[in-house]
Amino acid sequence: MTTARITLTINGTATTLDVPVRMTLADALREKARLTGTHVACEHGVCGACTVLVDGLAVRSCLMLAVQADGAAVTTVEGLARDGALSPLQAAFRDHHALQCGFCTPGILTTMHALLTAEPDADEARIRDVLSGNLCRCTGYLPIVEAVLAARDAYRAPDGGPEAAR
Amino acid sequence: MSRPNAWIGSPVPRVEDERLVTGRGRFVGDLVPERLLHAVMLRSPQAHGSLRSIDAGAARDLPGVVAVFTAADVGAAGAVPLIPQRQHALPEGEAYRQPVIAVDKVRYVGEPVAVVIAEDPAIAEDALELIEVDIDPLPPVADHVAADSDAALLFEAAGSNRIAVLRARAGDADAAFAAADYTRRAQFGIQRHTALPMEPRGLCATFDPASGRLVLYGATKVPYYNRRALAGMLGLDIAAVDLIEVDVGGGFGARGEIYPEDFLVPFAAMRLGAAVRWIEDRREHLSACNHAREFHADLEIACRRDGTVLALRGRVDADLGAYARTNGFTPPRNVVQFMPGPYRIDHVAIDGHLLVTNKTPAGTYRGPGRFETSFFCERLFDMAAHDLGIDPVAFRRRNLLRKDELPRPFPGIVGVDAATELDNGDYAFVFQRCLDDFGWTEKAALQGRLIDGRYHGIAVASFIEGGGGAPRENARITVEADGGVAVDVGSSAIGQGLATVLSQIAADALGLPMSAVTLRHGSTTLVTEGFGSNHSRSTVMGGSAILVAAEALLAELRTVAAAELGGAATDVRIADGVVHGAAGQRPLSAFAGLSVERTYHNTKYTYSYGTHAAHVAVDPRTGHVEVIDYVTVEDVGRVINPATLHGQVIGAVVQGLGSVFLEHLVYDETGQLLTGSLADYLVPTATDVPRIRGVSLGLERCPNNPLGAKGAGEGGLIATGGVIANAVAAALRSFGVEPNHLPLSPPRVWRLIQEARRRQATPHETGQGAA
Repeated sequence: MTTARITLTINGTATTLDVPVRMTLADALREKARLTGTHVACEHGVCGACTVLVDGLAVRSCLMLAVQADGAAVTTVEGLARDGALSPLQAAFRDHHALQCGFCTPGILTTMHALLTAEPDADEARIRDVLSGNLCRCTGYLPIVEAVLAARDAYRAPDGGPEAAR
Repeated sequence: MSRPNAWIGSPVPRVEDERLVTGRGRFVGDLVPERLLHAVMLRSPQAHGSLRSIDAGAARDLPGVVAVFTAADVGAAGAVPLIPQRQHALPEGEAYRQPVIAVDKVRYVGEPVAVVIAEDPAIAEDALELIEVDIDPLPPVADHVAADSDAALLFEAAGSNRIAVLRARAGDADAAFAAADYTRRAQFGIQRHTALPMEPRGLCATFDPASGRLVLYGATKVPYYNRRALAGMLGLDIAAVDLIEVDVGGGFGARGEIYPEDFLVPFAAMRLGAAVRWIEDRREHLSACNHAREFHADLEIACRRDGTVLALRGRVDADLGAYARTNGFTPPRNVVQFMPGPYRIDHVAIDGHLLVTNKTPAGTYRGPGRFETSFFCERLFDMAAHDLGIDPVAFRRRNLLRKDELPRPFPGIVGVDAATELDNGDYAFVFQRCLDDFGWTEKAALQGRLIDGRYHGIAVASFIEGGGGAPRENARITVEADGGVAVDVGSSAIGQGLATVLSQIAADALGLPMSAVTLRHGSTTLVTEGFGSNHSRSTVMGGSAILVAAEALLAELRTVAAAELGGAATDVRIADGVVHGAAGQRPLSAFAGLSVERTYHNTKYTYSYGTHAAHVAVDPRTGHVEVIDYVTVEDVGRVINPATLHGQVIGAVVQGLGSVFLEHLVYDETGQLLTGSLADYLVPTATDVPRIRGVSLGLERCPNNPLGAKGAGEGGLIATGGVIANAVAAALRSFGVEPNHLPLSPPRVWRLIQEARRRQATPHETGQGAA
């Protein structure tokens, strides 16, 4: 199998990986970089569990080849917390019981982080609209919506922006 | 000890969450043992056929492929093992069990016919393409009607596609029908759908040839049973096998049963002396994990003119798919037995026909049999109430069991040991609470009204939820050197926050902070035996086992402390992690190593109960149904953690709405599954979810366990079918529409409206009425 060497930044760390050219970004993150927080639940881009940020955009890592991420900055769920503390969004998920089994949670956290970074004033309808691209089978979504609404303040901080909200 | 019930009843944050929100969960697909090989399954592309030959030569020659196993390999040392009937087994089911790999026939699309083991999962998938399977097609038995005809047989040796008929009986239904003022008969259908946990199934087996020890990771639900069964199937001593539970991405009844892969993955590990991991993909999951809920019913209700329900009778056909799986008979058994639900129906005669078809085998899904019976009965009630000119609320009030009528037995099943009884409760109180919270009186004016192009309807339905699955559960509590305790329990987690809830119970029982409790569950290494997580049992049974073990540990502590600190054991006080004796005190850590294991026995199930109410608006131009408001009220005996329970309720309602509107495993007439992806098999998304209010009460403690809790987690789903279908019927009352078949997809609702309009245009049509 043809392999390629790619260099990318994962959660702020420059990383070089040798990957088969047909390997998805999801598999490369999980199997090569050993970041198993990114979950694979449908492998056809419907469920959103594998969502990561590629250069700040929420991307389904099961639909992107690893070689396409060469030179990109990738953020996974492992990269949301800083200095051992939960990000405001992660803390809101815990406080609002926005997860049960937690399998879909990483993809929802990354998706909602991207949303609030771009649109810190997103209203409930907008949050639901964007969240509808992620499937969750346990929570019925309502606690997730509440958690995201509660986390908005942190993204609006005067010195805010995505970094402060992490 | 001090501070009783400080934790029970409190919405404490889940101990599981910090790991899960930071990506540090440990799911089976995350495990990478030494020398890991990867398994993929070659599955039958045909629904029914004779398996002539399998040529895996080219696949075996592919670089990176380690082995290809077929029935010839699995059966080399004897017969190919069959998947056992774990629960509600029937002697008639023996002839319909599934071989762990197809032997002479294939009976459903997705049935494993070969296993490829390779150094890389992608190479293993490449190898699938190189295997030539020669299948001689046989006529497919595509539905329950074809099955019932026995024109083509799945199991020639058994001689019929009908495994058995389960007959539920109470009183004398035929006599009650003969004497009734009113009877009505109707046909119902529930579509095949499935639990669909977000994490696909997966297993990782390690085998050490030197010691002969097999460890299987990815177990859940019933690890102890599966260890026992798999050890037998693999020819290993039970002591040489351990099943380990890691994080589990949802269960809902489907995950954790013994499937073909549960044998094939450890089999491969043993044959190769290596670690083997198998992770299901979503297409496989949809054709290989248990399906559920496909029932077709022809039922009849008998009432007095005043709306008193006298009797139910009829026939239910269960389309169980191709084989009798581990718990395949549980749903039909529940359907025939629990038809009366929380209502007083003295005379019952329901026959459940257990049929095999060339589709994926069926098993349980959250609320098995309860969802189905609630839909059938609540629909019949509203049809009868309308015919008799009785308000649906008054109709239910008249028939709900009163407090003083409990406990009350359910109908028996002829020839089956199935005795069980409703325990206790105040059904009328919860019913009224739901109506009040919903605002029934204010909303009643909406009934059938056309507002801005949509018809509005409201409905109410009551239900029961079985829980506390017997017979027993084990817990071990050990004092640790840091002054905390380790609590090991035989219950399993399936993503429901079990560790949190059981930690609360243990902390209260021992008077310790929750941070002093380390809760471990599921794995077969922990306690002598365990019974897992099913039938809403893990809190009730695991929690009760912890109470019993905690009591024993405290007694033991008092005895030991009295010997060390003087005085009698009864003088010893234990509070806040300190043991006080006659002549001094010692920290709990001084007793590190003290450990007790106890078993809690129970023969009686718990029955939570409640009521749902819904408000819908139906667009007659499109058939789209919008749920505008939804209220559930349930009494679960005792609430351990209101926050996790609330999450279960909301999640269950939404799953139920998926069952009602969206989820459908569609097969064509040749037995091909047409909904093999999440783009075809639709589940609710965030924009589908209406306003939902869930109220959970600890109204009447369960008398049958020391915790006083009843099972919870399924109730939010159970009444969704009945209440939504009745709300749609109420909205479309002017059309005389009877939505008796699910799902209530826009095309189906639209068609019902069109048919009604045609009927109304030809006024000679007659309806059924008083007998």
